[in-house]
Amino acid sequence: MTDTLTPVLTAHWDQPDIFTIDGYRRAGGWQALPKALGMTRDEVITVVRNAGLRGRGGAGFVTGVKWNFLPKGDTKPHYLVVNADESEPGACKDVPLMMANPHLLIEGAAIASYAIGAGHAFIYVRGEVLHVIRRLRHAVQEARAAGYLGQNVLGSGFDVEVIIHAGAGAYICGEETALLDSLEGKRGLPRNKPPFPAVAGVYALPTNVNNVESIAVVPSIVLNGADWFGDLGTEKSKGFGIFNLSGHVSTPGTYEAPLGITLRELLELSGGMRGGRRLKFWTAGGSSAGILTDQHLDVPLDFESVAAAGSQLGTRSVQIFDDTTCVVGAVLRWTEFYQHESCGKCTPCREGTFWLVRILDRLEHGDGTAEDVEKLLDICDNINGRAFCALGDSATPPITSAVRYFTDEFVQHHKEGGCPFDPAASTVWSQA
Amino acid sequence: MPFSDEVLARLDVDAAQIIALYPRARSALLPLLHLVQSEEGYVSEAGIEYCAAKLGLTEADVTGVVSFYTMYKRRPVGEYHVGVCTNTLCGVLGGNQILAELHDHLGVGDETTPDGRVSLEHLECNAACVYAPVMMVNWEFFDNMTPASARQLADDLRAGNPVTPTRGPGRLVTWREAARILAGFNDDQATQGPAAGPADLVGLNIAKERGWTAPEPGSASNHGAGRRGASDHAKESR
Repeated sequence: MTDTLTPVLTAHWDQPDIFTIDGYRRAGGWQALPKALGMTRDEVITVVRNAGLRGRGGAGFVTGVKWNFLPKGDTKPHYLVVNADESEPGACKDVPLMMANPHLLIEGAAIASYAIGAGHAFIYVRGEVLHVIRRLRHAVQEARAAGYLGQNVLGSGFDVEVIIHAGAGAYICGEETALLDSLEGKRGLPRNKPPFPAVAGVYALPTNVNNVESIAVVPSIVLNGADWFGDLGTEKSKGFGIFNLSGHVSTPGTYEAPLGITLRELLELSGGMRGGRRLKFWTAGGSSAGILTDQHLDVPLDFESVAAAGSQLGTRSVQIFDDTTCVVGAVLRWTEFYQHESCGKCTPCREGTFWLVRILDRLEHGDGTAEDVEKLLDICDNINGRAFCALGDSATPPITSAVRYFTDEFVQHHKEGGCPFDPAASTVWSQA
Repeated sequence: MPFSDEVLARLDVDAAQIIALYPRARSALLPLLHLVQSEEGYVSEAGIEYCAAKLGLTEADVTGVVSFYTMYKRRPVGEYHVGVCTNTLCGVLGGNQILAELHDHLGVGDETTPDGRVSLEHLECNAACVYAPVMMVNWEFFDNMTPASARQLADDLRAGNPVTPTRGPGRLVTWREAARILAGFNDDQATQGPAAGPADLVGLNIAKERGWTAPEPGSASNHGAGRRGASDHAKESR
């Protein structure tokens, strides 16, 4: 049986100079690109497709299939865009990866660019992580000087430039078409699909948008083969991924494991709940996935099993809350976030999130009514599936799932005229 | 007030480098806005005019972009811009209390201290949840904060005492210097600081202690016998 943890992307994060080209090479880096350049483009796409890698940004689409959507034999420029706008509440996998091992991502980007025929790869990184931006840019300079990027890479005739592009603060730019508008120097508004980016992406030219982790895993797949990757994980959720365990656990931290690990296993590794308290609710894939409870400790954290449990694997952002936490207050803050980040383009999301916040706020602060829970669900129903992009849809699962598992607590807020919890008990420094 | 000739000459050199990176010039707008923010500390009318002229856009177009993104400020902020994450997880773990105490301690809301040294803002998730509660100063990480360490940090920033980000460079740059890095011009601190923080290494350390690894290529058994729940003979190779 496979080991419980399988560090690959995170394997060298404890090497103090892994972010330099020398450190990365010492860890076996920059060996996959020459191998890929010795293969045909189709062969590279095929190995990634056969590995069964599914997008690590949350949607889970098969990466190799996505790459295959780009036209072949055309004369248009193609582009690779790496979505490094990690902003999902709870997600902290891409930012540490880029800070620790930027060369891994850049090598993956070079290979992916070769596979899809892109001459430019943009790494669109959120602006609020200055040191990550320094490290990425430094790594690009080192890689270019070493001949891994630029003109005629390693004498192969392949040209690629990697551009580190800093965003400016907007969660919506994690949505791939909003990211493309932002990359074009516009407000980050989502676009209608179709056309999909593979046909009309950045500058209306064929573009492939992939999450950081999806691209960073490519060098290991090229080196070790499709079977090596596909033998890990589950039947339909192959491979491994980074899991972030945060919140009311004894040891918050990052774990790289085959897909299908359970929260029970992760909790055991992290020393359990802080102070032995009871797990109240958690997210499997960030706030947008909605919450689960202690009924779901043994749900395999793979795409299918988490979906069957009524949530989403998403970005494997496991946020843990114990029984000191008010679920209404927690959901209120998430909803304020979606309201703030709503781009305003479509009415259901713009207006819906506004009203959701108003209602949750009055419930939390003792001014709720007996009808508020029904009203919340009704508004969610009118947003979900009717919003222009996934942001609106993402605003509803935290609320609908919280009502599903904790209706009584919502009612209690109304009946008792406010929040029965003491926020001080939930803090890190409380001795609860 | 438009930029002086001296400022324009300097900006033009940087702007030309930024624009040259991109296949199409308008893609340079976000970095150019970071650049003018590095000049003045915020995006002024002059900054907007400058970017519009460089890229052949209207000032209305550029203003529309500026107003969309939270990192562009339309009025001066502190030399050290302090953010406290109050998204649900950090907020519950103490970020809400930290922000409230900093408001009290500094005597300002989400605004700038009278000496212009420190400005305060609540942040949404900054991708460091395993280090909650998290603060950012000029977009560098300050992990595992408490009300006391947050007050100390604010005092040090106001007094000009050196402070070091938890996962970042040795020297905390100013707000304007940070904007210049965002625009595309690194300082010399990329190789400073740790590769990763302790929480990033929790899983890796456990794996090393227990001898857990990803399989060697070719060692994994055929057709999924190595998958979870299947027979454990693949482990014998280790």
